[in-house]
Amino acid sequence: MAVRQLRYREALNEALHEEMARDPSVCVLGEDVGRYGGPFQVTRGLFDRYGEKRVRDTPISEEGFVGIAVGAAMTGLRPVAEILYIDFSTLAMDQIVNQAAKARYMFGGKARVPLVIRTQGGGGRGNAAQHSQSLEMWYVHVPGLVVVQPATPYDAKGLLKSAIRDDNPVIFIEHKLLYNTTGPVPDEEYLIPIGIADVKRPGNDVTIVATSRMVLFALKAAEELARQGIEAEVIDPRTLKPLDVDTIVRSVEKTGRLVVVNEGHLTGGFTAEVAARVQREAFDWLDAPIMQVATEDVPLPYNGRLELEAIPNEQDIINAALEIVYRD
Amino acid sequence: MKLSHDQLADMYHRMWLIRYFEESARSLFQENMIRGTTHMYTGEEAVAVGACAALNRDDYITSTHRGHGHCLAKGGDPRRMMAELLGKVTGYCKGKGGSMHIADLDLGILGANGIVGGGIGIATGAAYSADLRGSGQVAVCFFGDGASNQGILMEAANMAALWKLPIIYLCEENQYAEFSPSKPFIAVERIEVKAQAFGLAGVTVDGNDVLAVYEAVRRAVERARGGDGPTLLVAQTYRLEGHTVGDPLTYRPKEEADEWKSAERDPISRFGRYLTGEGGFSEKELETLRQKAQAEIDEAIKFAIDSPEPEIAALWEDVTA
Ligand SMILES: Cc1ncc(C[n+]2csc(CCOP(=O)(O)OP(=O)(O)O)c2C)c(N)n1
Ligand SMILES: [Mg+2]
Repeated sequence: MAVRQLRYREALNEALHEEMARDPSVCVLGEDVGRYGGPFQVTRGLFDRYGEKRVRDTPISEEGFVGIAVGAAMTGLRPVAEILYIDFSTLAMDQIVNQAAKARYMFGGKARVPLVIRTQGGGGRGNAAQHSQSLEMWYVHVPGLVVVQPATPYDAKGLLKSAIRDDNPVIFIEHKLLYNTTGPVPDEEYLIPIGIADVKRPGNDVTIVATSRMVLFALKAAEELARQGIEAEVIDPRTLKPLDVDTIVRSVEKTGRLVVVNEGHLTGGFTAEVAARVQREAFDWLDAPIMQVATEDVPLPYNGRLELEAIPNEQDIINAALEIVYRD
Repeated sequence: MKLSHDQLADMYHRMWLIRYFEESARSLFQENMIRGTTHMYTGEEAVAVGACAALNRDDYITSTHRGHGHCLAKGGDPRRMMAELLGKVTGYCKGKGGSMHIADLDLGILGANGIVGGGIGIATGAAYSADLRGSGQVAVCFFGDGASNQGILMEAANMAALWKLPIIYLCEENQYAEFSPSKPFIAVERIEVKAQAFGLAGVTVDGNDVLAVYEAVRRAVERARGGDGPTLLVAQTYRLEGHTVGDPLTYRPKEEADEWKSAERDPISRFGRYLTGEGGFSEKELETLRQKAQAEIDEAIKFAIDSPEPEIAALWEDVTA
């Protein structure tokens, strides 16, 4: 199978092109997604190929265009709405949480809301408190939503295609510092199923579960740990909801140790959720407390040194792993 | 109302202060001394300066992501602003806010804002507060033509009109929103007509004419303080630079920007011509004011560079009261 090196943004772009070509009900809405090709250039070329009805440049009206996407999804379209920063998804919260997420259940299973909200989150670029958040857990909390967070170009493409074909509202969260990362992507079409974790690196000594950009840090941390004789297994859930607990539990049964890494805040965050699930399902296999590595419980600061301190990094992951492998 | 020689001089000086501040911010950004993004107010100086000249020190403003001009016009200290851009502890936000979040609550500057339309509710709340306290203060809400499409404007403006709050919604129609022209995204030809739907007074003004902006805001402030309710004031201007520093500007014709850059249209040149004509200023006086502004910005850069970074412990400070 022929494989190319693609950027994360290019992989996402290919997914959109392929799905729009395959299914005329797929449409795209968002700020500067059309003529300009998207502020992160993920929607590049769609406007020219599919025209302004299927690729709508919207005004700066997040609640409005997300609401429109929900209504369109309930009536036969498969909209992909782009919210430029996940921080701005707060403006569309009613439409996402009270409308999109609830319609199916509330209407006795009759409604379908095949909607994708593409957005991006995360810090590390000095964008400060209103442009750096990792709000994935807000959406994980809401029944009726699917939450996807790809870390590699390969996963990004395959999961976006699946998200578009999914009949549920999917919150598809990219990371601003991943757009320029590259990785192998096959020439041939492929899909990655929603709800399946991926073992990014096998190992027997400690399990590291990480999401989004933190996967890259976890892999680097694993290399350093290997130099110290500790083989870490790195697992990327890829889908935060529904969570593939089985893959994580199977790994913990082998390693007896778990570090969970997520860029959201510590309190009430994704790491706590994973820890709770694993302690229940793998309690007898655990040889050490589950470690949580998450962003400090503070708004993201502008200053570079402070921001670095706030967000988890490779060293934080190494330290957490070393703390529970009990070797001197 | 006639402005005094000193007031006019101050306005001219402030316009240059903004121009030089922005030019320096661009260079510092290009030298990687500023992180994240920086939005330049270049070319829109007459709006902020004209508006703030009609305000008292204790009146309120809310600003936007393109906020440096508003802050300087309201009396903000360029040294503390520049230090903030460089993430220094001497900055307005102790280095934790950066370019998009400068605030000086002592000067009534209720913050720049990273959320488009984010200041609209806050400004209306400040006007509600001023009204309830009977303080006589007014609020000016700066927002963009792109931001005029945010739903909160309809909600807040309706309440402001119902309650006759002392607020001026000042829409900066700089003809662009991010990477698109703004006009194709606003269903009415003139933003001003939205005022009618919201129950506000509606006025459109040449936003590159600092005296016209001043006069329009002065009248709106008079109305507001007199209990006659809010105004939607649309200042027509032009965003001379890209959306952010580094924007390749592929989406707009260069000739268009060149035309707006010409001395005929540039707001500072226009004001300069008025001052040396009717205003009774000498060329030398203007030159002195310009140089003073330049020196202040040079000093601000030096101050910012020489200032220390925050201690790591600052990360956990000021999260809650
Ligand atoms: C709620 C929200 N949506 C989108 C953005 C991204 N964004 C930042 S500035 C901007 C354009 C704003 O245009 P306008 O209001 O006209 O202000 P200008 O930049 O022209 O001063 C956009 C879309 C944002 N910061 N906040
Ligand atoms: Mg604008």
